[in-house]
Amino acid sequence: MNSLIPLLVAAPLAGAALLLLGGRALDRFGHWLATALAALSFGFGLALFSDMLGRDAEHRAVTKHLFSWISVNGFQADMTFQLDQLSMTFVLLITGVGTLIHLYSVGYMAHDERRRRFFAYLNLFLAAMLLLVVADNYLVLYFGWEGVGLASYLLIGFWQHKPSAATAAKKAFIVNRVGDMGLSIAIMLMFAEFGSFAFGPILGSEGAVGGAHQASEGKLTAIGLMLLLAACGKSAQVPLQSWLGDAMEGPTPVSALIHAATMVTAGVYLITRSSAIFDLAPDAQTAVVVVGAVTLLFGAIVGCAKDDIKKALAGSTMSQIGYMVLAAGLGPIGYAFAIMHLVTHGFFKAGLFLGAGSVMHGMNDEVNMRHYGGLRKYMPVTFVTFGLGYLAIIGFPGLSGFFSKDKIIEAAFAKGGTEGWILGLCTLVGAAVTAFYMTRVMVLTFFGEKRWQPDEDGNAPHPHESPKTMTIPMILLAFGSVFAGGLFAYNDSFLKWLEPVTGYAEGNSPLTPLTVTLLTTACMLAGVALAYLMYGRAPVPVVPPVGSPLTRAARRDLLQDDFNHAVLVRPGSALAATLVFFDSRGLDGLVNGLAATIGGLSGRLRRVQNGYVRSYALSMFGGTLVLVAMTLLMRSV
Amino acid sequence: MNPVNYLYLSALLFTIGASGVLIRRNAIVLFMCVELMLNASNLALVTFSRMHGTLDGQIIAFFTMVVAAAEVVVGLAIIVSIFRTRHSASVDDSNLMKL
Amino acid sequence: MSVLLSATCAVPAAGAVLTAALPAGSTEARRKTTKAVALGVSAVTLVLAAVAATRFDPHGDRYQLTESYSWIRSFGITFSLGVDGIGAVLALLTAVLVPMVMLASWHDADPGPAKPDGTFENRRRTQAFFALILAVEAMVIVSFYATDVFVFYVFFEAMLIPMYFLIGGFGDRAGGPDSSRQRSYAAVKFLLYNLLGGLVMLAAVIGLYVIAQDQGFGTFDLQTLTSAIADGRLQLSGTAEKGLFLGFFFAFAVKAPLWPLHTWLPNAMGESTAGTAVLITAVVDKVGTFAMLRFCLGLFPHASKTFAPAILVLALIGIVYGALLAVGQKDIKRLVAYASISHFGFIIMGIFALTSQGQSGATLYMVNHGLSTAAWMLVAGFLISRRGSRLIADYGGVQKVAPVLAGTFLIGSLATLSLPGLAPFVSEFLVLVGTFTRYPVIGIIATFGIVLAALYALLLYQRTMTGPVKEGVRAIPDLKARELAVVAPLVALTVLFGVYPKPLTDLVNPSVNATLSQVHETDPAPAHPVAATPGGEQK
Repeated sequence: MNSLIPLLVAAPLAGAALLLLGGRALDRFGHWLATALAALSFGFGLALFSDMLGRDAEHRAVTKHLFSWISVNGFQADMTFQLDQLSMTFVLLITGVGTLIHLYSVGYMAHDERRRRFFAYLNLFLAAMLLLVVADNYLVLYFGWEGVGLASYLLIGFWQHKPSAATAAKKAFIVNRVGDMGLSIAIMLMFAEFGSFAFGPILGSEGAVGGAHQASEGKLTAIGLMLLLAACGKSAQVPLQSWLGDAMEGPTPVSALIHAATMVTAGVYLITRSSAIFDLAPDAQTAVVVVGAVTLLFGAIVGCAKDDIKKALAGSTMSQIGYMVLAAGLGPIGYAFAIMHLVTHGFFKAGLFLGAGSVMHGMNDEVNMRHYGGLRKYMPVTFVTFGLGYLAIIGFPGLSGFFSKDKIIEAAFAKGGTEGWILGLCTLVGAAVTAFYMTRVMVLTFFGEKRWQPDEDGNAPHPHESPKTMTIPMILLAFGSVFAGGLFAYNDSFLKWLEPVTGYAEGNSPLTPLTVTLLTTACMLAGVALAYLMYGRAPVPVVPPVGSPLTRAARRDLLQDDFNHAVLVRPGSALAATLVFFDSRGLDGLVNGLAATIGGLSGRLRRVQNGYVRSYALSMFGGTLVLVAMTLLMRSV
Repeated sequence: MNPVNYLYLSALLFTIGASGVLIRRNAIVLFMCVELMLNASNLALVTFSRMHGTLDGQIIAFFTMVVAAAEVVVGLAIIVSIFRTRHSASVDDSNLMKL
Repeated sequence: MSVLLSATCAVPAAGAVLTAALPAGSTEARRKTTKAVALGVSAVTLVLAAVAATRFDPHGDRYQLTESYSWIRSFGITFSLGVDGIGAVLALLTAVLVPMVMLASWHDADPGPAKPDGTFENRRRTQAFFALILAVEAMVIVSFYATDVFVFYVFFEAMLIPMYFLIGGFGDRAGGPDSSRQRSYAAVKFLLYNLLGGLVMLAAVIGLYVIAQDQGFGTFDLQTLTSAIADGRLQLSGTAEKGLFLGFFFAFAVKAPLWPLHTWLPNAMGESTAGTAVLITAVVDKVGTFAMLRFCLGLFPHASKTFAPAILVLALIGIVYGALLAVGQKDIKRLVAYASISHFGFIIMGIFALTSQGQSGATLYMVNHGLSTAAWMLVAGFLISRRGSRLIADYGGVQKVAPVLAGTFLIGSLATLSLPGLAPFVSEFLVLVGTFTRYPVIGIIATFGIVLAALYALLLYQRTMTGPVKEGVRAIPDLKARELAVVAPLVALTVLFGVYPKPLTDLVNPSVNATLSQVHETDPAPAHPVAATPGGEQK
């Protein structure tokens, strides 16, 4: 059974290779091939899952050694895969949602001439993401980590002819690279400390304590902070959050799969996976919690101000991942809930993005929500699935988001002390703001009067329901949005499933779970009510009002790009320009100056050669005289 | 007679030759002055040979004569050809080789 | 005594003479013959170098397949060749790249259009170009195989001559009216810079001989000298060793090139053809870094340790400086040149970190940088020859009109920024780890290089390949079969060694360990070592 693990990765990888190298011959059926391979990978995942369920909870992790990847004396990086409950959760999420989104893309990308390439990149993404989650050591994880970064780069910039898409793709890759730098430094630290960077020996495995317990807290804090930096890059957390909004330049299925459901959650995976390190480094944990809390509010605020439906959803993604990071930073109290929210978020956010894609599909690729309105009659399936996703994300009682978010808020309070109160309030405020901005999206898009505008070519939009290939994935994801949370929460099944990997601690909450639930629901209702008051009762202006300074700042992503531009980009390009000047005038000038000096000297010396034989003879005689005189002098001395 | 006197004579002849090379412009005269210097050194070599009672000096003197003869052959040929083309035997006129 | 190594050196040398002697290329058919002969010779060389690499037994002696012929007996100079793992892979790299360069430069050296009377301005151009490439190949391979300091020196210097003519005599069609002046400036600069380095090295070579002869080692034989130095039979005083080390190192640092001795490289690479630029950066420069590893460390172990921190700092500056300058370039080929300077910083850093990961990584880096930069530069060359401009600003939207060209260029860019899965990642990470274990701060700063690499590589890709299609690139054709035949093997090797570098590491590791033991260094031990899990078994 273990040999299926490499096949998980190999199937989509083969798809990517075939589609990229196969040429035009594959244009007609390449997208179906890619979808089939994604589904095949999902099939393998299910087979492994049932196999795993067949063993008792303590012996579920399996490994599969493929070959020795890099081996230099003490540095041993093996291409080894490990599948435990945590990896399994991700494998099913990635392949499951991935397959649905492949299917959706068949319809969404039907008219794109480069569709084959799109599916190749999607398959490449699946392969890299699976590699990331089944890796057995940090270097293979890094391989997958950068691999998903590449896939994300290629897919954000898929419409390369648009300069904005190309810029967004490059920005995403470079910001991610800053995070990757953190991961590589973490690996180096681990190698210097432990002589290894494999999960088992460092983090401990079933029944064995890992090497992390021997290391000093300072070292572990350093490793933890570097891992956090990596997670910030990949998961778009403050301060490396700036790429996610721009990443919406990519086709919508990409936003759904990569920038909502799977890749951006890799940071949460990394932190949860490294729990053994974070548990021993409280300072690093505090940093994680702070990053999570800040991002959760940051993203929510940005999400409130955006008129672009995808960017509003992107802000929401950031904010929800903030929740997960915060939960992961709480330690054993929160790991399982972080992952649980991650999975339910994977369902409902992917569903929301697909719904947004469906709306755009029917509205001539219009993304401005102020130009939507009243679409519920024209796109009933989209309306219902999007609506269910909406109810799930705001935490409407009974739906997925309710269970997973509620648990995180509980865990935040359970942290205890002042810290617990602060975090708990942050998460509650977040819940209210989430309800506000999602209601805003819902109302602007599906309710109210029509505010449709003709596109650049003057074509008035004719909204219509999307084809079956697009609606079926949306319906399936809506099922997930509705039922996944309840299923996971029932009898704490999800917690019990993950506990052998992540551990679990009760914490000591000052509030009872019921109080927290009531508070959360009250906050949610307040947010919905406020949004309804602002957008549901009066007609929405097509041109956005100027707004308060906060709104204006939030529209510009709270000035993140202005900040990066002023602090990094401008000094950076000035430095590069200065160095170019220094290199040609300074260093090279030194070299050329030396050459010119020698040239000038020899030019002067050349004048001695006047062409008169007699003067040459004279210098010869003079030279002889000097030589003789010196010989005599030397002898007499 | 004291052989040192020959050395004085040799030195005198050498000086005359050297000053001739430095002062005169006519290539032929220059040439004769060079010959004079060579012969002065020959005289000195032979004198030393006599003083030290070895044959080395005389042998070198023979070498010098051979070199001088070869030099005359080549040198005169060059001078004649320069005179033919430029109608002058002054060495100052042939300074085309300078940079 | 096997003659395999000398045959590997002699075949391209003889091929150079043969190619030069072929009838002048005044007709297309004759030029084709010339090119076919040169390509054939380089293919034979490739086979021989591959055989040498496979016949080398990593677990056997340090130098194998040794040959020795008496040359200048009175100075103890023998023409002796031998191969270790490092030399074997680098010679193989050279032998792989030369046929690629030839194929890529297929029409670069064709004489201009015929004059009205049917004759050509420069009928022997084609012969000269291909003969010079073969001559460079022969000399570089001798340098990798030489186990005699003097023999190495001679060929290290001699390869400047054909390179000078290659740089000065052949440019791409992107040059402006000023190009021939620029080109000869670049060629002279290349020659003078490297001659100066060589001169200093010659003095050190002589100095080494004089000191060794005083103590009864009147020889230039590397193995004799290194073993005598290692076990103390041959003793160099501290000052003498430092001086000699600097003499050798200066020459290699110019060739490599190490900051701040790099300024010849952008000129030389910018003005020459793409093929020549690849020869410079991927082949000839490797001799410099290779020689640091083999000669500086083996002959002067103590001085190497003394100067290692200073050299690391220079290398670090080179990494960041080269990358920043690459960001600021307007000219595609100069950008590649500055990127190479950054990469050479990594190689030198790996060598002088004096750890096995660093040095194995540096050796792999030489190979991987050769492959990836060759792919990157040659595709850039194809692009430049189509549009007739080296300026980045003249391009835009190429991927729309030439997707295969853009795709391969992207792979080259990704290799340059060390994406995992492509070969340069393996070596760059090894270098970083190897440096970090001994010098954590330098290792961390060097890691910034990977962000800057992403910046310059992707900026170049974005500006040239994406966006709306620019006027002037609208009609450029996609890669031809010949060009694909050049790029495909390079890309395939880059991917192969990225995923499965074991064949290379198996060859290189024992030689690196031998080098480290010459310097009396061992890897720093981890603070809290953990037992590695034996992979493969179900827990």
